[in-house]
Amino acid sequence: MAFLSTFLTQADMIQLAVVLPLIGGLIVLWMGERNANLREATSLLTAVAEFIVVAGLTPDVLAGARPSVDLFEMLPGLSLTLTLEPLGQLFALVASGLWIVNTIYSIGYMRGNHEHGQTRFYVCFTIAISSAIGIAYAGNLLTLFVFYEVLTLSTYPLVTHAGTVAARQGGRVYLGILMSTSIGLFFMGMLWTYNITGTLDFTLGGILAGKIYGPELAVLLFLYMYGIGKAAMMPIHRWLPAAMVAPTPVSALLHAVAVVKAGVFSVVKVIVYIFGLDLLVESRADDWLIFAACFTIIAASIVALRQDNLKRRLAYSTISQLSYVIMGAAILAPISVMGAAMHIAAHAFGKITLFFAAGSIYTAAHKTEVSQLDGIGKRMPWTMTAFAIGALSMIGLPPTAGFISKWYILSGAVETQNALAILVIIVSTLLNAAYFLPIVYAAFFKEQKPRNESDPYSKYDNHGEAPVGVVLALSFTALGTLTLFFWPDVPLGLARALVGG
Amino acid sequence: MIEALSHNMTASDPWLILLVVVPLLSAPLCILLRSGIAAWSVATAVSWVVFAIALYLLNTVMESGTMIYRIGGWDAPWGIEYRLDAVGAFVIVIVAAIGAVVMPYARQSVAAEIPAERHYLFYAMMMLNLSGLLGIAVTGDAFNLFVFLEISSLSTYVLISLGSDRRALTAAYRYLIMGTLGATFYIIGVGLMYQMTGTLNISDLATIMPAVAETRTILAAMAFLTVGISLKIALFPLHTWLPNAYTFAPSVVTIFIAATATKVAVYILLRIVFTVFGQVDIFAHFPIQPVLMVMAIAAMFLASLSAIWQENVKRMMAYSSVAQIGYMVLGVALATETGLTGSIVHLFNHAIMKGAAFMAIGAIIFATGAVTIKDLEGIGRRMPLTMAAFVVAGLSLIGVPLTVGFISKWQLVSASLELNMWPLAALIVLSSLLAIVYVWRIFEVAYLRQPHITEHNPKIVPLSMLIPTWILALAGIYFGANATFTLDVAHAAARQLMGGL
Repeated sequence: MAFLSTFLTQADMIQLAVVLPLIGGLIVLWMGERNANLREATSLLTAVAEFIVVAGLTPDVLAGARPSVDLFEMLPGLSLTLTLEPLGQLFALVASGLWIVNTIYSIGYMRGNHEHGQTRFYVCFTIAISSAIGIAYAGNLLTLFVFYEVLTLSTYPLVTHAGTVAARQGGRVYLGILMSTSIGLFFMGMLWTYNITGTLDFTLGGILAGKIYGPELAVLLFLYMYGIGKAAMMPIHRWLPAAMVAPTPVSALLHAVAVVKAGVFSVVKVIVYIFGLDLLVESRADDWLIFAACFTIIAASIVALRQDNLKRRLAYSTISQLSYVIMGAAILAPISVMGAAMHIAAHAFGKITLFFAAGSIYTAAHKTEVSQLDGIGKRMPWTMTAFAIGALSMIGLPPTAGFISKWYILSGAVETQNALAILVIIVSTLLNAAYFLPIVYAAFFKEQKPRNESDPYSKYDNHGEAPVGVVLALSFTALGTLTLFFWPDVPLGLARALVGG
Repeated sequence: MIEALSHNMTASDPWLILLVVVPLLSAPLCILLRSGIAAWSVATAVSWVVFAIALYLLNTVMESGTMIYRIGGWDAPWGIEYRLDAVGAFVIVIVAAIGAVVMPYARQSVAAEIPAERHYLFYAMMMLNLSGLLGIAVTGDAFNLFVFLEISSLSTYVLISLGSDRRALTAAYRYLIMGTLGATFYIIGVGLMYQMTGTLNISDLATIMPAVAETRTILAAMAFLTVGISLKIALFPLHTWLPNAYTFAPSVVTIFIAATATKVAVYILLRIVFTVFGQVDIFAHFPIQPVLMVMAIAAMFLASLSAIWQENVKRMMAYSSVAQIGYMVLGVALATETGLTGSIVHLFNHAIMKGAAFMAIGAIIFATGAVTIKDLEGIGRRMPLTMAAFVVAGLSLIGVPLTVGFISKWQLVSASLELNMWPLAALIVLSSLLAIVYVWRIFEVAYLRQPHITEHNPKIVPLSMLIPTWILALAGIYFGANATFTLDVAHAAARQLMGGL
């Protein structure tokens, strides 16, 4: 990867990281349905190239480089700016790395299910990835907001891909909640910030110290936390289950990784770089945020417990896990913020594995409900083993990545003697186990119940594993979940750099 | 640049008068030619010449300050003077730019909608309208302004009545009544001011005004002027002429008047409030601020709500215009530099987005004859390029970042926050959420429904219509991503207005 830096400066590389997916998208559009194989090859190549570019920047960030580049001046004195910093690099690595796996998976899934409009699907995907990278490298709040909105808009066609009544309904909820929170609250918070500080740059230690006091600070925090609807804190979480009408690769990469992580990433970013940990520690303006996050963690887990649809259960699990990140940031101890950053990566690997498994089950067996999964582990050993690993990571057990991040968040809670946070982590761990382990148990130890003859899908009862691309992808991410436990150096290094050594 | 704006009034630049005279003389030429295609050629050439002159004038004004032309060599206030400052220059560029883009578009659209024997009359009327609108913005004389107002209004009535639907006649008649009332009120207001000051020259009026400002006559004049101009602006609740006029006028007329006529009316309001009464503390004497603000907010909400329920797309966009006019007037009512900048930049931004929207609709009407939402089912797949341009315009109406709508919203919300008017900021944002609803109604129908099965496919939209549509759509993105130029000009204009003369 070093060869890239011989003829491209760091600034070029950052810009390239944002633009590259778009170029790929244009080529995909040009190929169209006529050259389906070339089109898919382009998607895959773009994803690989994107990861190489992003990964090539990692050593620089770890070495302390923070290059910045202005794209253009949008408003007088306010430019769209890309800046390299550790947290963004972590998010970009996760998003671009998993994009490769997801592309392989998409090809298997979309072809296996004979989906329509595949060109549109891949093009929108590239725009979504480009905006996710834009969010990751955003150098100021305006840039982040711009890419945040582009991400919402570019994922809308993916959510409504099926074009059915259910898809339209889901799309309305998705767009309605995400747009109204971002325009109604996030936008206001941003303009308020700009009005009192005269800047929107992400600055270590925050930009608000000494500019705003008391309850107003808590209100501003509220505007951000609920304006960033992608973080799915209750009660603005409903868009996420609604988004599950999308094809599974979309749910997997976008609604387990790129979109929701863009949400919690923005939350951490705003807390660390706009408010600053010290300001919030002093003012205690974020006390309510811990409560809100704790409530979401527990409530979403309880809802997940009662979902029979597998994707919906995973969606509520995501809502719960996202609030771990928010809680980790809201505890305000450097070590818990580190845990929050780490959890962005850990949850991404675990949850994408779970979604891949759900899609794999759908493709091979045409089953969507938890109650149908008895004995499926014997027919699909690879898929369900990967599922089990993903589930362990959600619960936070070793040897999976989820253990590490939870450990750091818990350490932060202990350090600050936050009894509520400690209690919530314990209870939610039990709840996670309660809604994941029975699935794993039933899959491997119960006998398969054949479907009724009248069920049109009963002919699939004698199924085997899913297509090879699908199995490859989910095995890879499951392996990644384990790898991150044994070698967490890169994400931990970035997380540590975020809180300053 | 700003310093240079102050005083350089000796130069008498003939281009000022040519800007008006060229289109004015081309009108009788169109009639003498008696041929549709010849008239169109003349009108198109003239519209481009006028645009070039307008750009030259804007450039000169921004570089060396206010320009003056004395008609017949008579010094003001004895003779009529033409006087162009930054606001006027910005407005003529808006009008001329829309004219230059709309004329190439007109040929095919007009050929499809208006009987051939009336084409040359149509282009003659367009030229009269153009010269009237430009004249309003360059004249320095309150009575001369009335003359141009009547030239543009009378030609508009004729143009609307050329619509192919018979209801165009009643729509035009209704506008004739309301528009004449408006113009009459304006001239009564001017008459009353003349009675007290003995002058019709706008700068002269401004100088004398402080001495007579507290008289009842001037109070009455102000009332007549406000109501009269509000009628022409279509400020809620005096907007009732607008929806039908826009709906039943020929497509080209709708595009042109929606993008220019109301903007020029807002310019008159700015001229009266900030120039004629510029040296008087107008807001202390007249309750104009609360009145305008309440009406603007009512327009933003009630017209947006009306738009949501419309079945005819042109009508929906017409109500959307009434709502957007609310934003322009709101910035005027705030009466601060930032607020006025927002207003003035929104004149430009709205002209672009509504121009693009009505052009796309005009192309759809051309191809399919469809105007109701139901007719648009699946149109996104049948006319992808046209509909994509409409999407850009629609997103701009919502105020999504990277479109011009975002810039206007940013500026107006900033202006409210500057004055600590929190509820107002919230109202602006909330009303933009209403735009999501009506815009998305169209998007959903166009992209997520199956096309009707009909025997004939839509006619192919000629490039002469598609290119102008896309010029405006792309301008909407360009000036949304890089608003430094428009905001600089608007800001210069606002400063000049706030500083009196």
